[in-house]
Amino acid sequence: MSMTEHAAGHLPPPRLIRILRMVGLLRESPVAMIGAGLIVFWIAVAIFAPLLAPFDPNVNLQPFAKPGTPYAAGSGVFWLGTDHLGRDILSRIIWGSQTVLFYGFVATASAYAVGVAMGLAAGYYRGWIDELLSRLGDIILSFPILVLYVVIIATIGASGINIVLAVTFASAPAIMRIVRSLVLEIRERDYVAAAKMRGENAWYIMLVEILPNVRGPLIVDACLRMGYVTITIGVLGFLGLGLPPPDPDWGGMINEARSMALAFPHMTVLPCIAISSLVLGLNLLADGLREISLRD
Amino acid sequence: MLSFIFRRLALTAATMLAVSLLVFLLLELNPGSVAVKVLGPYSSEEQRQLWLEANGYLNPLWQRYLEWLGRMVTGDFGESIRFKVPVAEVLWPRLWNTAILAFWTFAVLIPLSLTLGVLAGMREGSRLDRAISITSIITTSIPEFASAVFLSAIFVFGLGILPGTSAMSNGFDPLQLILPVMVLVLYDVGYVTRMTRASMAEVMTAPYIRTAVLKGIPFPRVILRHGLRNALIPPFTVIMLQINWLLSGVVVVEFFFAYKGFGALLLEASLNQDIYLIQACAMVAVFVAVTTQTLADIGYTYLNPRIRLQ
Repeated sequence: MSMTEHAAGHLPPPRLIRILRMVGLLRESPVAMIGAGLIVFWIAVAIFAPLLAPFDPNVNLQPFAKPGTPYAAGSGVFWLGTDHLGRDILSRIIWGSQTVLFYGFVATASAYAVGVAMGLAAGYYRGWIDELLSRLGDIILSFPILVLYVVIIATIGASGINIVLAVTFASAPAIMRIVRSLVLEIRERDYVAAAKMRGENAWYIMLVEILPNVRGPLIVDACLRMGYVTITIGVLGFLGLGLPPPDPDWGGMINEARSMALAFPHMTVLPCIAISSLVLGLNLLADGLREISLRD
Repeated sequence: MLSFIFRRLALTAATMLAVSLLVFLLLELNPGSVAVKVLGPYSSEEQRQLWLEANGYLNPLWQRYLEWLGRMVTGDFGESIRFKVPVAEVLWPRLWNTAILAFWTFAVLIPLSLTLGVLAGMREGSRLDRAISITSIITTSIPEFASAVFLSAIFVFGLGILPGTSAMSNGFDPLQLILPVMVLVLYDVGYVTRMTRASMAEVMTAPYIRTAVLKGIPFPRVILRHGLRNALIPPFTVIMLQINWLLSGVVVVEFFFAYKGFGALLLEASLNQDIYLIQACAMVAVFVAVTTQTLADIGYTYLNPRIRLQ
């Protein structure tokens, strides 16, 4: 960290210009564009679910309908078929996107809040705090991740809030490691020293001086992490450890239809396509953003 | 080197100790709930009290932990509530089945991902590199349960050439291993390929590769003799660490294909609140994970002379 490197301070451009530049950057990477497109698609589906879903996702209408079957006792078509209880699969996928996106976002955000706080503290204070937090993280990370989830959920029970808790507990250490290594690099910079000299308190320095300067790698990681969390929510639902029925969630749909998958593949294949496309979107966006950040 | 190995082993032991405390606190902090799990929800309060007393659950927490730890270390995991036999009797055969699954997964995964990674990394930015990279992002984006569904739809429902379950009810059948192995490989191959690619791409920018190329050595020979030797050290660690990941993957895959392995056992244990079986499974899983990580560290140090000779 030389003295001259950060001496040439300039005013940051206004927010609007930065956002426009960000969109322009995205356009540079077709991979990131496709990823962002997939994510925007699912967010739109989740927001407009009440308008888009042709049927009530929890009402038993006409069991075992193949895709494209018209509804015998009323108007409408089961474009993607129905499941063994006669619920419209398209409507369940549409409403299920709300569940997945909501819990995916809340769990990732919660893991980030804890992980970033731990990482900032470990990297900034170093010493025994760092030692304690890092060792604690090592212990949690030494578990095969799904084993940890299964044990936690078996202990505290399956529910939305418990999934958030389990994801936070299991992912915060990994986030802490990344933040810690970034902070160790930044904490020696002159502007951090200047803030200390001004007599700012430690958390002000961490949150205002350090955190904004490590956001680049963290945004990429957050996209990837949200992909993992989405998979986790799907896996827990698939294993029967997810959200309690009957509200639709993609993993749970696959679990319920599993035994009928060989006779009625549409019941399992379609929710699988839904979850895979969302995770793919997050991973492509992360990959594109990483590439863009390496380019400058 | 010896002192390094010794320190690493000590760290492993310390980690296992901490993990055991975590597992113990998670599952046995509240003796009342243990009694409910063992005796069932319809047991009377009196029965539970008697059981707690008979099994030493009224002793102080630290004493219970030490006794519990002693039993764990000696391999006495208690009795399974669901299977009504000692946990060890169910656990070891299941672990062996998973080892078979893991063996074949690695037998396919390692050559495949190393080849793809080297091909992608030797000419960074080439069309082949882009194609491999994008494909690996796509395969890692498909969760195991989804690729299990897709592959079953193709090979079982569509083509009808592979069995859809792997319960091995009529003795060992290699055909039934194909789909589980495919699913596990498909999910992980992208990650190992990307790691190998990154390592290969880095080696290819090294001065000694340029020198070798400028000396006029044919390109394939540069790759095989000069590039690979250094490029394959980091993937070694990555592959060892995949054992930790595999212990997660088998839970999903074994459940989906009804394969009688360790992952399915852990899931069955937790769905049935079989507390001693959960404890044993968790401890064994972490033991395998931590041991392989230690071996990976030691192996990496041994393979990389820059670290070894320090």
